[in-house]
Amino acid sequence: MTNSWTDIKNADVVWIMGGNAAEAHPCGFKWVTEAKAERGARLMVVDPRFNRSAAMADHYSPIRSGTDIAFLSGVINYLLTNDKIQHDYVKNYTNVSFLVKEGFGFEDGLFTGYNETSRSYDKATWQYEMGPDGFVVKDETLSHPRSVYQIMKKHFSIYTPEMVERVTGSPKDKFLKVAEWAASCSTKDRTMTIMYALGWTQHSHGAQNIRCAAMIQLLLGNIGVPGGGINALRGHSNVQGITDIGTLTASLPGYLAMPIDGEPTLESHLTKRQFKPIQANQTSYWQNYRKFYVSFLKSMYGAKATKENDFGYQYMPKLDLAYDVLRMFDLMHQGKTSGLICQGFNPLMSVSHAAKTRAALSKLKFLVSMDPIETDTARFWENHGEFNPSDPAKIQTEVFMLPVTSFLEEEGSFTNSSRCVMWKWPAADPYAESRKDVEILSDLFIRIKKLYEKDGGKGVEPLMAVDWNYKNPHDPSADELAKELNGKALVDLTDAEGKVTRAAGQQLASFGEMRDDGTTDGVQWIYTGFYGPNGNFAQRRDNSDPSGMNVFGSWGFSWPANRRILYNRASADMQGKPWSDAKKYVLWDGKRWGGADVPDFVPTIPPERGTMPFIMNPEGVSRLFAAPMADGPLPVHMEPFESPVANLVFPKLKGNPVARVFKNDMEVFGNAKDFPIVATTYRLVEHFHFWTKGVQKNAVTQPEFFVEISEELAREKGIKKGGMVRVWSNRGEVKGKAVVTKRLKPFQIDGKTVHQIGLPLNFGFIGETKKAAPINSLTPFVGDANAQTPEFKAFLVNVEPIAGPVA
Amino acid sequence: MASTEVAPGDAVHRGPQVTVDRYTRGARINHWITAGSLVLLAISGLALFHPSLYWLTGLFGGGPNTRAIHPWIGVVLFFGFLGLFIRFWKLNLWERTDNVWLKKIKDVVTSNEENLPEVGKYNAGQKLVFWSMSILIILLITSGLVIWEQYFGQYFTVEQRRLAVLIHALAAVAAICVWIVHVYAAIWVRGTISAMTQGRVTGGWAWRHHRKWLRELVSGK
Amino acid sequence: MFTIIPNPQAKPIDAKFGDKDLIRRSASSITPVAQRQPEVAKLIDVSKCIGCKACQVACLEWNNLTEEVGVNVGVYDNPHDLTPNTWTLMRYTEYENPESGNLEWLIRKDGCMHCEDPGCLKACPAPGAIVQYSNGIVDFVKANCIGCGYCIKGCPFNIPRISKVDNKAYKCTLCSDRVAVGQGPACQKACPTQAIVFGTKDEMKKWAEKRITDLKSRGFKNAGLYDPPGVQGTHVMYVLQHADKPNIYAGLADNPRISPIVELWKGGTKYAGLALIGLTAAFGFLHHIVAGPNRVTDHDEQEAKRLAGK
Repeated sequence: MTNSWTDIKNADVVWIMGGNAAEAHPCGFKWVTEAKAERGARLMVVDPRFNRSAAMADHYSPIRSGTDIAFLSGVINYLLTNDKIQHDYVKNYTNVSFLVKEGFGFEDGLFTGYNETSRSYDKATWQYEMGPDGFVVKDETLSHPRSVYQIMKKHFSIYTPEMVERVTGSPKDKFLKVAEWAASCSTKDRTMTIMYALGWTQHSHGAQNIRCAAMIQLLLGNIGVPGGGINALRGHSNVQGITDIGTLTASLPGYLAMPIDGEPTLESHLTKRQFKPIQANQTSYWQNYRKFYVSFLKSMYGAKATKENDFGYQYMPKLDLAYDVLRMFDLMHQGKTSGLICQGFNPLMSVSHAAKTRAALSKLKFLVSMDPIETDTARFWENHGEFNPSDPAKIQTEVFMLPVTSFLEEEGSFTNSSRCVMWKWPAADPYAESRKDVEILSDLFIRIKKLYEKDGGKGVEPLMAVDWNYKNPHDPSADELAKELNGKALVDLTDAEGKVTRAAGQQLASFGEMRDDGTTDGVQWIYTGFYGPNGNFAQRRDNSDPSGMNVFGSWGFSWPANRRILYNRASADMQGKPWSDAKKYVLWDGKRWGGADVPDFVPTIPPERGTMPFIMNPEGVSRLFAAPMADGPLPVHMEPFESPVANLVFPKLKGNPVARVFKNDMEVFGNAKDFPIVATTYRLVEHFHFWTKGVQKNAVTQPEFFVEISEELAREKGIKKGGMVRVWSNRGEVKGKAVVTKRLKPFQIDGKTVHQIGLPLNFGFIGETKKAAPINSLTPFVGDANAQTPEFKAFLVNVEPIAGPVA
Repeated sequence: MASTEVAPGDAVHRGPQVTVDRYTRGARINHWITAGSLVLLAISGLALFHPSLYWLTGLFGGGPNTRAIHPWIGVVLFFGFLGLFIRFWKLNLWERTDNVWLKKIKDVVTSNEENLPEVGKYNAGQKLVFWSMSILIILLITSGLVIWEQYFGQYFTVEQRRLAVLIHALAAVAAICVWIVHVYAAIWVRGTISAMTQGRVTGGWAWRHHRKWLRELVSGK
Repeated sequence: MFTIIPNPQAKPIDAKFGDKDLIRRSASSITPVAQRQPEVAKLIDVSKCIGCKACQVACLEWNNLTEEVGVNVGVYDNPHDLTPNTWTLMRYTEYENPESGNLEWLIRKDGCMHCEDPGCLKACPAPGAIVQYSNGIVDFVKANCIGCGYCIKGCPFNIPRISKVDNKAYKCTLCSDRVAVGQGPACQKACPTQAIVFGTKDEMKKWAEKRITDLKSRGFKNAGLYDPPGVQGTHVMYVLQHADKPNIYAGLADNPRISPIVELWKGGTKYAGLALIGLTAAFGFLHHIVAGPNRVTDHDEQEAKRLAGK
């Protein structure tokens, strides 16, 4: 989230799309109901299904799964053609006036530089035109044909309301109402918040969905402003925490990059990332990258990290590939993986194309499941009939189940969607023989290390170099680990005058204190300050809100620097004055930046200097035109890989042209002739993912897998409410009860009726609920071109009624 | 002459004192089972009918037991009465003379039986008791099943159950009144009770109250 | 802002109400307390309810109830009806608003309404099995319940359920045990969107007014409070978007009142019945006194002998 849960209460319009906050985030959704009840905010929901959020909405518009870009681009077009943009904001705080290099072009849905064989872009033509001073060339009049503004106007003009209706199936009037409500927030005193979740990310063009939303918010001047923002709702209580901590294969803690092949030295790694400003007087905060990286390496290798050995950089593994989940299971499927440790992970349920996952797991020598509950994955080898058709006699994988404590049984921290780190204390004793994850991993580490010490082995140095300095090496405490994340001074730190600002051994109060010479450590720079010299701020439970702007700055600790709204400098105009009294947040008081929140800015830089709010970008401003994207600097309507119709905007495009598709996976995409029905998957509020199907009371509230089907499709297929249906894709099938509902309606796509069905994902073959085959038996094995997030939200199936118990 | 008033087992015993067999052992057992269950039902039912009589549940081991036992006794009553019905329905068929008897109800209550037509095994009053009980018991068992929550509650709507509980109450009140009439008549008409205790009555009793029956018994011999 | 109910105190405190604080007791005549406690109410704002069923689970948890895992029958309602263990239940209705042409998903939390004039209590034959506290809460007292099911007939909302296990009647207690120590009901505590709020009835009416104003501003011109006068008001109230049509909310009674059949049964019949029985008995008694027994005479015996012959 750029903003915070509590900040939603400052919104005038709440737009939920690509998510179903009421269903998947009921506790956070209370801030929406608060905004409605207390501020009179209007809620609009765009979703293929009239879902629980829609039930709460003032306006609902349907949309065919996978066509969000067309819809959102339609809104962008509406804002541009009707000039519903926050001019001062857009002009100053975005790259709208920047010129793009000569040679940049766009045709038939493809940008210049496309290579069909490698399915990738050469981005050379996507760059800004640079002046002789090393800074970007701008046209403040926005009239230059190569200005981002003119490129955008041209690019989005095709997304007329008629085109939106044709492609997405959203009736024109419903679409226009969404656009109008969004446009109502282009004034300086009104803001709109956008809430999304996996409904946007789980597409082969997921990142571009979110790009669209970000662009809308920038055009409306809603980023960095209270009640605005683009807010990703995280689906687990601590999923923000796990991405922060660097469990994604390509990233290290704090979103530092994992070294890759071709970066043999620290210097070669750093030079690529310490971006220089490309406008005068900008901060480009990533220039501090080296400080964070070196501090991380100091935490990792302690005394073994010295200036002479690049602070241990050589010990770091260098990636040859991004080992995302799809790649991992593809390699496993090829028989290239010996063992898999699943720590709190149920891939048989949660990875696309379950049959492939099952086959992949069967090729492992060993599988370790570290989990508080018995997962379906740990029992993948067991025959559960049609629900899990394994033949144990043919599977040689050895499975170890290591019971671990649940989050309720151990101390630690959660980081929620608001980036707020909050401490939690155990509510119960560990169950039976379960042990903490930390204990198991420490034990494993120590045993492996001992084996190497005894027997020796190749490439042992990195393992031996790891600094494992804990009171009890077999069980590092949550407190120790939290302190380590924060970082400390390793020597007395002094300022320019030689005054000691931080004594050796003291915790750092902010990442501003980090040094690149090995005199500080700290695993996770963005968390620095959460456990500073004044103690563990994650434990704070002060719900006072002195500014009345729903900041709650003394509750827990929001990274970075306890900031509740990112880019909040943008809540004030160029002179440092708030855009309006209604949205007074961060401002220049003549001497310093201050206000309701911690300014996302160097507090002493005066407005006159022209330093812009988006300090993480070398531009200093935000990007309407974003070259780093793999699939284009501007969003393009791309159909899902499995789509009921051809791309109506760019007929030559098939799926996302740069999305990675593995061998053999392209062949099992289904076509619209055999599989004419669009399907989407989602959670139910009654369950938490695949965990609670094993919890009796949750099972009571949603006991059985079902398929949501429109009344029209039910009539067409002769499906009865509560009757059994079979749903099959080109990869597998599932069976479930039919929930025939008015909440799904067929779409009219380019004059053709397209049906969509809904498939809740929470059911499996282990637990208290009725047995069901994993829903991912159906889903395609392809992911987003930027993030490799699997395309779970739009694919093709067919459906038929079958005999079975009609309840 | 075909006998119309005589039931199997009815017989006249001559001697210094004429006695007449009125009820077989089976009939008497059947009657007392029915009578007993009716009494128990009345007590337990009244206990749940009016709060001032709730204390009667003590006789059955408390409220829950009363609630549990009552419908089962009802089942016993139903089958008990069914037995009686099969035994006696023929002799309780209405005849023209019964209307005459009813018209002279004043002579009935003042014991001027000489003014009444000769009565077979049952007089019109007894027949009325018989038939009203038959109807009431059908009403009671039917409505009783509808409100027997434990087993049948789920099969009926609340509205049906509400109606049933009212019918049950009204029918029960009526049945109790009929029962009072029945019992009182047995006490008032002296010599009656032995019919159900020992199975026989005196010849004089039969002569006085059921002369036609006696005549047929005698002549049938 | 939310009405914040503090966490429970660690030290035991005296219950705010109990046996000495009754205004009604089934099948008993009591003297109601002179001074009623402030009437409480739970307000369920249907327009804020996302149907997450947290209230259902909280109810099971707090009351230590176990419901069976059922099946899906083609709807979101699970279980499919109230049961002796499910005292509160989300009921979902897909309503196509004929005026706006919009679909509305109406989600109503069903459960005991805690009528000011409780039909269950009126119908109950067991003294003290159903009581009403002076704050308005209607509670079933298990120890006194005989399981006859009369409460079901008395209830205008079809709420009580009889357990097959112990043959006792069950329904929402409005968490009288929690309220007695200053807590809100478990469902209210669990509700993530404050669709359920709890307080004095006056406060809740004021709260509802604010909500109704908000709903009217969103085009629900018939938004209103459901506090049906037919049962003299309830201590569980709804804010409805369409207060003119309660029935569209999964059959919420339009104009609930204790059934006239029940009124007849528990009113006139109760007294008339006993009177009739008494009169019949009295008539017999009087007749016996006046007319005396009907005895068989010697003459009768002689006649019988004569008839029987030899």
